[in-house]
Amino acid sequence: MSETTRHNYDVVVIGAGGAGLRAAIEARQQGRKTAIISKSLFGKAHTVMAEGGAAAALGNVNSSDSWQVHFRDTIRGGKFMNDPRMAELHAKEAPERILELEHWGALFDRTRDGRISQRNFGGHEYPRLAHVGDRTGLELIRTLQQRVVQLQQADAAELGHPEAMLRVFAETTVTELLTDASGRIAGAFGYVRETGEFVVFEAPAVVLATGGIGKSFKVTSNSWEYTGDGHALALRAGATLINMEFVQFHPTGMVWPPSVKGILVTESVRGDGGVLRNSEGERFMFGYVPDVFRNQYAETEEEADGWYADPANHRRPPELLPRDEVARAINNEVKEGRGSPHGGVFLDVSTRMPAEEIMRRLPSMHHQFKELADVDITAGPMEVGPTCHYVMGGVEVDADTGAARVPGLFAAGEVAGGMHGSNRLGGNSLSDLLVFGRRCGIGAARYLDGLAGERPAPAAADVERLAEEVAAPLRRDTGENPYQLHQELQQTMNDLVGIIRRGPEMEQALESLEKLRERVASVRAEGGTAYNPGWHLALDLRNMLAVSEAIARAALTREESRGGHTRDDFPAMSPQWRRTVLAARLAGDRVELERRPLDAMRPDLLALFDREELSKYLTEEELPPAEGADTASKEEK
Amino acid sequence: MTKRTFNVWRGDGGAGALAAYEVEVNEGEVVLDVLHRLQATQAPDLAVRWNCKAGKCGSCSMEINGRPRLACMARMSTFAPDEAVTVTPMRTFPVIRDLVCDVSYNYQKAREIPSFTPPPDAKPGDFRMRQADVQRMQEFRKCIECFLCQNVCHVIRDHEENKESFSGPRFLMRVAELEMHPEDTADRRAIAQDEFGLGYCNITKCCTEVCPENIKITDNALIPLKERVADRKYDPLVWLGSRIGLRKGADTPLPPNTRTTTATPEQ
Repeated sequence: MSETTRHNYDVVVIGAGGAGLRAAIEARQQGRKTAIISKSLFGKAHTVMAEGGAAAALGNVNSSDSWQVHFRDTIRGGKFMNDPRMAELHAKEAPERILELEHWGALFDRTRDGRISQRNFGGHEYPRLAHVGDRTGLELIRTLQQRVVQLQQADAAELGHPEAMLRVFAETTVTELLTDASGRIAGAFGYVRETGEFVVFEAPAVVLATGGIGKSFKVTSNSWEYTGDGHALALRAGATLINMEFVQFHPTGMVWPPSVKGILVTESVRGDGGVLRNSEGERFMFGYVPDVFRNQYAETEEEADGWYADPANHRRPPELLPRDEVARAINNEVKEGRGSPHGGVFLDVSTRMPAEEIMRRLPSMHHQFKELADVDITAGPMEVGPTCHYVMGGVEVDADTGAARVPGLFAAGEVAGGMHGSNRLGGNSLSDLLVFGRRCGIGAARYLDGLAGERPAPAAADVERLAEEVAAPLRRDTGENPYQLHQELQQTMNDLVGIIRRGPEMEQALESLEKLRERVASVRAEGGTAYNPGWHLALDLRNMLAVSEAIARAALTREESRGGHTRDDFPAMSPQWRRTVLAARLAGDRVELERRPLDAMRPDLLALFDREELSKYLTEEELPPAEGADTASKEEK
Repeated sequence: MTKRTFNVWRGDGGAGALAAYEVEVNEGEVVLDVLHRLQATQAPDLAVRWNCKAGKCGSCSMEINGRPRLACMARMSTFAPDEAVTVTPMRTFPVIRDLVCDVSYNYQKAREIPSFTPPPDAKPGDFRMRQADVQRMQEFRKCIECFLCQNVCHVIRDHEENKESFSGPRFLMRVAELEMHPEDTADRRAIAQDEFGLGYCNITKCCTEVCPENIKITDNALIPLKERVADRKYDPLVWLGSRIGLRKGADTPLPPNTRTTTATPEQ
């Protein structure tokens, strides 16, 4: 088998999407020698798929916006399950992070007075998403990529080589984290996809920024990279995952043709005026406004339509409810026989604004439907349905530093848990990865300060064992095809742990996963070590299985419905369950759950909500005293 | 469902040949779907680079029946019913394996361009830019870096020897973008010509033709950049200034040590 190359870094960042690049930039700015490891080419991360924008209370379009209002919207969207400290840091720091991007060369759409424009989005009270048409994620990735290059140019000038302090290892996969005898992080082990060559990174600090888990589901908006690597690496290194039962199904994915089923249709379509209709032509969302949001959403089409131009005097259209609500509504319309020909519902902008404006506001959506489905969205409606989009759950981290429960391990972006509670608002992921990517970079640098030059050493035997494990599928003469196993895993999760869940089905899912585990253990990859996708998939399967088990187990345990976790057998939200966070850890090779109390919200943050609203979420004993509770919120700005 | 013939280039950097496959094709599929089916059923180790499968990441660039395209946006319904589909890697870059190329040339060129340089005293949040002024650069920033324009450009497609002195349409467009940025203070006009090889471009518009984002690379980026370069070169004040030594340092140089380094730094 191949030889092993060794590298030494201060900080190794796994993942080169928004969170990874922002973390690496920060670690380098803190003077640390940093490696970025990417499964894909530099600049191809899944972040490019983010369309709508990055939420930040800049107040450029509506000056009433503030971090407090953003915080409140985020908590409402997450159904009060969010880590309050993370949501606070996020809302406070997002504006700075956006302005910093502009200073690095990002070109956001502008307001009339030349500032960054902001658009409406589901669950956000004011226009808040800084955006570039409907390709904001691409702008973000390109800007961070170009910032990395800029830092490399500075290092080239000063130190003689562009990669002296910051190097990208493209098309390289990490298969395991390395720890020292006391369990501290000591580095990472992986292989170069192009050659199959093994690599060892010795580093005291590792930042996970690997994104999500969507490839465990059949219908998903996620790319092949989303195999839950970081989640699984963290578990196997001894860290914990929280909130894994909360999986976001984006309400609007393409449903036809079959080959593109699941590809995202941006929420901006609705933010900019698009409406959802069923096969009877009815704007059905008016029938799905839940009690907790009743006061904030319009009851008639007239009122809803008035909101776009005059938000101060109208309530919001129900199409802009948080994603979990809209996804469930669409699911129900289809189930009750009012779906579109290909099993979705209709999303229409063509009757809502002139073709020219559609082309300007939603160019990539126009392009996508024209090219992939032969549908002209300026002339007719799109067909859309729910698609697995985002996992709220992830590595349990300290809000301020991004530190996981394993010394030296950090996590930012989708792979980290807590920030979004049970449901993420659109636009909050791009801001999340900037805010916490940076915080992880600083957190890792401070951790290194604390080590004072000491470098935890990985055990040599571990590296040999890992090389054996990785090479094993190639050496087997028998064993199943990884593509087949992957398909079965996806079908299992889609059918049994999908958007609507039932206890017995999830038990069945866990049994199926158990059987799949044995088959995956003897999977066979044909061919050689150089750029062999079958081999790569065979290795990724193990991660997808671990993550799927964590999701299924947590989903079976949480006996209530909340955000991205809907139980047919427990349809109500439970204030008692709200206080309980499920944390998954590995015991042997099985996932076990621990129960933790959710941190209480500080009184000044609690005061942003009125008592009546809080009483829908909190237990009696958590509620603030009845008097004077809702006056404070009005004063804060 | 129908059966189609796919001729796929298989091999590594050294040698390779077209391999013929009979493969199932369903309604609405694109070439990338069919390549995935080949992997799942007949050729598990077929190397294909891809990510988003939605035309947004620019990973699955290849040549399909001789045309540089994204495999995820090449719909099977656009071929004649009995037409064989021939898929080969991009010709301008070295092949790693099968349909996957070594595109590191592009990352090298990106690193040679002086970065965005805001005014030294500007702070984040200071910029006030009109939509009309950013729109021009926004068109260029739609680029998904699929490198199809680089692949098709005749300056380097069959001329390995030009690669060192020519950055290609994608990166000349990046220079144009930075030059048009209202808040940028660097001046890359001299190096655009002398180091990045703008003069090699004779505006045949092949790059524009293959761009999956429909960016008007030639008309909106390369020609205006050529005009700016000419303005600088023939501006009498610039000429005078350089004669009497007043223009010292006005041209932004190539960032030091970004071109000649090939070895990795000391570990």
